[in-house]
Amino acid sequence: MYLYDDRDRCLLRERVRQFRDQTARYLEGDLPEDQFRPLRLQNGLYIQRLAPMLRVSIPYGLISASQLRRLAHIARTYDKGYAHFTTRQNIQFNWPQLPEVPDILAELAAVDMHAIQTSGNCIRNITSDEFAGIAPDEVEDPRPWCELVRHWSTFHPEFAYLPRKFKIAVSGSESDRAAIQVHDIGLQLVKNAAGALGFRVYVGGGLGRTPVIGEVIGEFIEPRHLLTYLEAILRVYNRYGRRDNKYKARIKILVKAWGAEVFGARVAAEWQHLKDGPNTLTEADFAHVRQFFTAPAYAAVDVAAAEATVSVCAAAERAFARWLERNVRAHRVPGYCAVVLSLKPVGVAPGDVTDAQLDAIADLADRYAFGEARVTHHQNLVLADVRRDDLPELWRALKAQGFATPTIGTLSDIICCPGGDFCSLANAKSIPIAEAIQREFDDLDYLYDLGDLTLNISGCMNACGHHHVGNIGILGVDKKGEEFYQIQIGGEAGSRAALGQVLGPSFYASEVPRVIARILDVYVQRRHEGETFIETYRRVGVEPFKDSVYAKAA
Amino acid sequence: MPKLLKAGSFTGDVWQRFDGDAAPIAEGDALLFPLPVWLARRDALLARDASRTGIWLNGDEEPDQIAADIHRFGCIAVNFPTFMDGRGFSCGRLLRERYGFRGELRAVGDIFVDQLHFLHRCGFDAFELPDDTSLDTARNCLEAFSVHYQAACDPA
Repeated sequence: MYLYDDRDRCLLRERVRQFRDQTARYLEGDLPEDQFRPLRLQNGLYIQRLAPMLRVSIPYGLISASQLRRLAHIARTYDKGYAHFTTRQNIQFNWPQLPEVPDILAELAAVDMHAIQTSGNCIRNITSDEFAGIAPDEVEDPRPWCELVRHWSTFHPEFAYLPRKFKIAVSGSESDRAAIQVHDIGLQLVKNAAGALGFRVYVGGGLGRTPVIGEVIGEFIEPRHLLTYLEAILRVYNRYGRRDNKYKARIKILVKAWGAEVFGARVAAEWQHLKDGPNTLTEADFAHVRQFFTAPAYAAVDVAAAEATVSVCAAAERAFARWLERNVRAHRVPGYCAVVLSLKPVGVAPGDVTDAQLDAIADLADRYAFGEARVTHHQNLVLADVRRDDLPELWRALKAQGFATPTIGTLSDIICCPGGDFCSLANAKSIPIAEAIQREFDDLDYLYDLGDLTLNISGCMNACGHHHVGNIGILGVDKKGEEFYQIQIGGEAGSRAALGQVLGPSFYASEVPRVIARILDVYVQRRHEGETFIETYRRVGVEPFKDSVYAKAA
Repeated sequence: MPKLLKAGSFTGDVWQRFDGDAAPIAEGDALLFPLPVWLARRDALLARDASRTGIWLNGDEEPDQIAADIHRFGCIAVNFPTFMDGRGFSCGRLLRERYGFRGELRAVGDIFVDQLHFLHRCGFDAFELPDDTSLDTARNCLEAFSVHYQAACDPA
């Protein structure tokens, strides 16, 4: 992973000093609340329902064992002993005290971490594929590019007061696991006919109250021009994005108003001035950043012996076999695999971990995965470089820590925002809905029979739980002070990104599991051999699901 | 009365905004003309000396409208209608980097000290700040960072 040098550390020290000064001036009454607000937000600090919330950046989800230990220490010392992994590969602390935040930032800076631009109307943390660098279907490792974009966007002086927040995601694989088409900018690494590397650039995707799938405005942007092209997009947005209504201020509204073609032409015109300018990348830049993302020292694993070890354990332990099927993923190096740690056991808020668990993950990363872990936008963790012959031992260790719930990619692997239990924006609770669904569908054989299926829950239309792109999406709504849940189906976040369709009138919380059961029944009855939920939906459409859900009881 | 921060100190101000588009123009005054006034009375104003002629631009106005005359201005003031409105940051960079403006580039309107570092990096070298602004705080904010990760309007 990227390693900080003296300049990077100097920048973080200056940031801590700056925020310490800003906090002190605010607490002394010298900095008004309305001016402190954007400053604290650009440092990830929200004022929440119960206490401030501090969101810490995990650049494109990569984290080291020593950083995990520091997060554990912060959870223990400054919080109530736990933290929450988010859908943007970051981590949140829900109970810090404002006067202590500068100290927390100093603790983070000591392990090369920070909370810079994790909120506010600026360029947020760059997100990517949790299997970057190891995926068999990878065209090019996206991490060096993420790092170059992270550098460029950090404290960019022109783009700290954008009309609204701005999210960039990068994918280097044919199969998009970073949901790039629902980001303000999505960057897809591609190779042209001559084998040269470039970026296909999507703009104007996003969820929230106006969900939109992004459109391509750059078919093939050469790598050296990446930053100047991004700068052109951001400048056009900064100058012409709406500022009169915060619900119409995202770039997607501008792209829709002008049309992607006109927007793309405006960007191209701006880019003509910036292209080949000082932010142009050089071969030296590429070489410098690539050196941080070389392959770890893989051992020459005896593949046949490793598979034998795995098979013996799978034959003896059904639970191991299940975990192997759902939680272990392919790796481009023979004898290695990626292991997904589930943060979705029943009864725990999706993405929540305790301080002890963070320490345990650090130990496991050190022992089995070259000291690194990754956060996924599904709110799980990944150990990306695990020897297959270590799997039985690792599985036992994960089971002991509660990370071996064998439901990755199933209905039970729910993406869920913090919802009305924590968030001041929420219209409804979301965590109890997730738990009710997990309890209702706790039969593993049934979950496996349903196969790959995403279920996403948001507690309000800001859509932090990505409900629009869940195969099944649930949205909490408020009607005259009462919580209701609107259900939609057919959403997808990957390469065939699609927005779900609302089934109809919303439901009481208590009705949700029954409604989900009816949706699943339709799928099971209608599916063809080998068809996933989303494939069946695409074939039969929304009507059969509607009919079943709203059928009058006979 | 706002204070003018320039070259690390509060200084006196010779420039004033020209108000009233039909009013007579005092020859000896250093005046900042709002863009519409400049465009309407350009032919007459071109005769004025650059050291007494400036432009007052709003964040939503197009700096390319003064591109051809850019060297005729001693000062350009860019107005920030609210401190959350970041259009002026782009405007500053365009004036400096694209149109080659070398005179005083002044940030006016609703700005506050914690924005000074970024404003400076977008080409601004003069700042109208509230009367109660502390010079120490302003200087600290101006020099918040010694490390930068991207090219902008930085001194060579």
